[in-house]
Amino acid sequence: MAPLVTVEDLHVDFDTPTGRVAAVRGVSFTVERGECVAVVGESGSGKSVTARTLVGLAGPGARVRAARLELADTDVRAHRPRDWRRVRGRLAGLVSQDALVSLDPLRTVGAEIGEVLATHEIVSRRERAGRVTHLLDEVHLPEPERRARQYPHQLSGGLRQRALIASAIAGEPALLIADEPTTALDVTVQAQILRLLAERRAAGVSLLLISHDLAVVAQVADRVLVLRDGRIVEHGPTDRLLREPTHPYTRQLLAAVPSATSRGRRLAGAARVGDARATLPARPEVRADDTVLDAGGLTKRYGEHTVVRDVSFTVARGETLGLVGESGSGKSTVARIVAGLLDADAGTVTFEETPWAGVPERARRPLRRRLQIISQDPLSSFDPRYTVGRVVAENLDPDVGRADRRDHVVDLLRRVGLGADLVDRHPRQLSGGQRQRVAIARAIAPRPSLIICDEPVSALDVSVQAQVLDLLAELRAADGTALLFISHDLGVVHHLSDRVLVMHDGAVVEQGPVGDIFTYPRHDYTRSLLNALPTLVTAGRPEEKHP
Amino acid sequence: MSRPPVRAVARRLGAGLVVLWVAATAAYLALLAAPGDTVDNIVADGADTPQIRAEIIAEWGLERPVILQYLDYLRRLGGGDLGRSYLLQRPVAEVIGEQIAPTLTLAVAAAGLGVLLALLIAVATAGDRRPWLRRVSSGAELLLVSTPPFLIGLLLLSVLSFRCGLFPVSGDQGIAALVLPAVTLALPIAGLLAQVLRDGIDKALDEPFVLTARARGVRERTVLVRHALRHALLPAVTLAGWLFGILLGGAVIVEQVFGRPGLGQVTLTAVTTRDMPVVLAVVTLSAAVYVAVNTVADLAYLLVDPRLRRS
Repeated sequence: MAPLVTVEDLHVDFDTPTGRVAAVRGVSFTVERGECVAVVGESGSGKSVTARTLVGLAGPGARVRAARLELADTDVRAHRPRDWRRVRGRLAGLVSQDALVSLDPLRTVGAEIGEVLATHEIVSRRERAGRVTHLLDEVHLPEPERRARQYPHQLSGGLRQRALIASAIAGEPALLIADEPTTALDVTVQAQILRLLAERRAAGVSLLLISHDLAVVAQVADRVLVLRDGRIVEHGPTDRLLREPTHPYTRQLLAAVPSATSRGRRLAGAARVGDARATLPARPEVRADDTVLDAGGLTKRYGEHTVVRDVSFTVARGETLGLVGESGSGKSTVARIVAGLLDADAGTVTFEETPWAGVPERARRPLRRRLQIISQDPLSSFDPRYTVGRVVAENLDPDVGRADRRDHVVDLLRRVGLGADLVDRHPRQLSGGQRQRVAIARAIAPRPSLIICDEPVSALDVSVQAQVLDLLAELRAADGTALLFISHDLGVVHHLSDRVLVMHDGAVVEQGPVGDIFTYPRHDYTRSLLNALPTLVTAGRPEEKHP
Repeated sequence: MSRPPVRAVARRLGAGLVVLWVAATAAYLALLAAPGDTVDNIVADGADTPQIRAEIIAEWGLERPVILQYLDYLRRLGGGDLGRSYLLQRPVAEVIGEQIAPTLTLAVAAAGLGVLLALLIAVATAGDRRPWLRRVSSGAELLLVSTPPFLIGLLLLSVLSFRCGLFPVSGDQGIAALVLPAVTLALPIAGLLAQVLRDGIDKALDEPFVLTARARGVRERTVLVRHALRHALLPAVTLAGWLFGILLGGAVIVEQVFGRPGLGQVTLTAVTTRDMPVVLAVVTLSAAVYVAVNTVADLAYLLVDPRLRRS
């Protein structure tokens, strides 16, 4: 039997006001019936466009050319809109990232799933509600009847994603296209969704999995295609590709994944362990008794709801403390309290031997510059009318004379690996990685003793994330800056932190040296976090969990 | 979940009362500050003797301090008594009651027509299916929004009534006489609302849930009406509430152009003859309508967007 999907020499160009842009340049692959093929690549690699082309939704202004483009033995190259409508939902279902925005927020989950049933007349109107319940049950949504009447915002991230999958499988398609289906989710939820996708596959559905995360792909894919700049640079069986990558780009991607074994070495650019350039510079000794920040008994309530309960920790000078937890664990609230941006209901914070919490802002002001923040989305923390130069200069020492300011800014930009030519650009003209570098330049400008990093690399591609993590590691070695590093990614935390604090439901469940906690977790929650982590079996690192 | 938002309604009604009070007071002060003597206005062209003047002062309580007169006015207003017309010597409520029906008919017809036209235009021209139609429509909308309604009315009159004789020139005889005034008022509304709606639809069409809907095999028109249009309604509802207030003002002018009976005529006469109780009543009534429409608009918000229903 012919493969379910046959793509040969696929090209997709986009007509933009500034000219034609080639997004996909000659991609060929097949998906067999019941097979799971993963397309891995970073943003802009053309992976989503490739997937959407299979349902005729490459996007406005897209020009699709291919030597062969076949779905279930049908040439779809000449499909008219009416023909495509019969393919979509019925032959191929699409699951996108983040169901909060991928399901219509104004309609109930049941209405969204029912839409597929109505469009393709799969069941009669009378049977529709029953089928919706059945589908929600199929994706293991508890209380399916009640959930069907709820809106996406009333469901948690994991339940929403299940509902989205239910809507994609409602038309019983032979092919399920999952475009970053777990990207916005916590690790434990991610594990559940991956299990659910594997279940569909076991039921005979073919899966085309689009992801930037090699570890996710390794869980479910039979074969992997690595896409870069619209071309396939390497493809092969998942196991072979992860163990013996042949293309330098694949090796680079694999090396960029932060984990326990990557501690002390650079993530970016170093394809081989043991390379001299791969070692990070040595850091000054951390003395545990020399504390920069001391937080004791922090508690924060919103009405009946306690979001932070009795959280205590210290950060020593030059130390990196990782703060790990899933969404809703209260880690960002802790960060805001420590940053002096939010008042706690109880507890104390001492920063540089000065009371920091519960004092008027006037008392904090002299020390404000010693504590800096880097956030997940730097763009929204920049004044949109400011140039890069002004963003950074804003944080310079006020004593720096007018004439010297530009030189200082250029120096800072150089330290974070950006050229002087960016000074007069606007942040929105920069890439995500460049923006995060600007945010780092701004943060180090006043030579702070502590930087609070709140999910600083979560929105970045793995290779860009690698560069930013390398940069943070270099800067803390050079300046002796302490970091409070908040992340949901255990690998990132393991790579960078000295000690780690695990938060769950607003409380600290475990804290200690990162190696101890992640190797011998004592608390059930920490254990469940670690168990949920996708395993990445790669060259030189057999069968390890990837924190 | 589907519990009626009692608190929200109560809060809005409370705010509405404050608006009403401010409007009534502002109108009272404005008329007080206007030149001319109240007794002169009441006497108007009638017999003018010191005795009559004294009677008038006693009858209307004009000898009392202004603040007492104001408080008395508020008290009666609170009890629903709009006072008596100086000129017509009849209760204001009666005067307005007779004339409000044609004006409301006109306003509601115009609002309905305007909203309907806006929806049709927006759905027909949103997205990138018919770029030429979209360009034509944008131009026409801009023209409509920037043309004063009376000019539109005069144009419609001269073409459709005088030249073609399709509709009566003036009066209030049946539906036919309602068509041109309603269209006159509706066109600028349609222009403005259509622009806002189309912007909203265009923005919604870029959202991920639209991709999901398309990936289900839903027709483009269904995607537009079922998914995108609802998102576009949110800003449009706010605008529509505000537009209905404007509509009442517009109705006054359009009624003159088309020689229709209604509040327009009453208001104009009351202002030129300084018939203070009538002017005050019209102002308060307009404010009340405005408050009511905006309260409805706020509640419509809750109906459109389930995310706002959390209290």
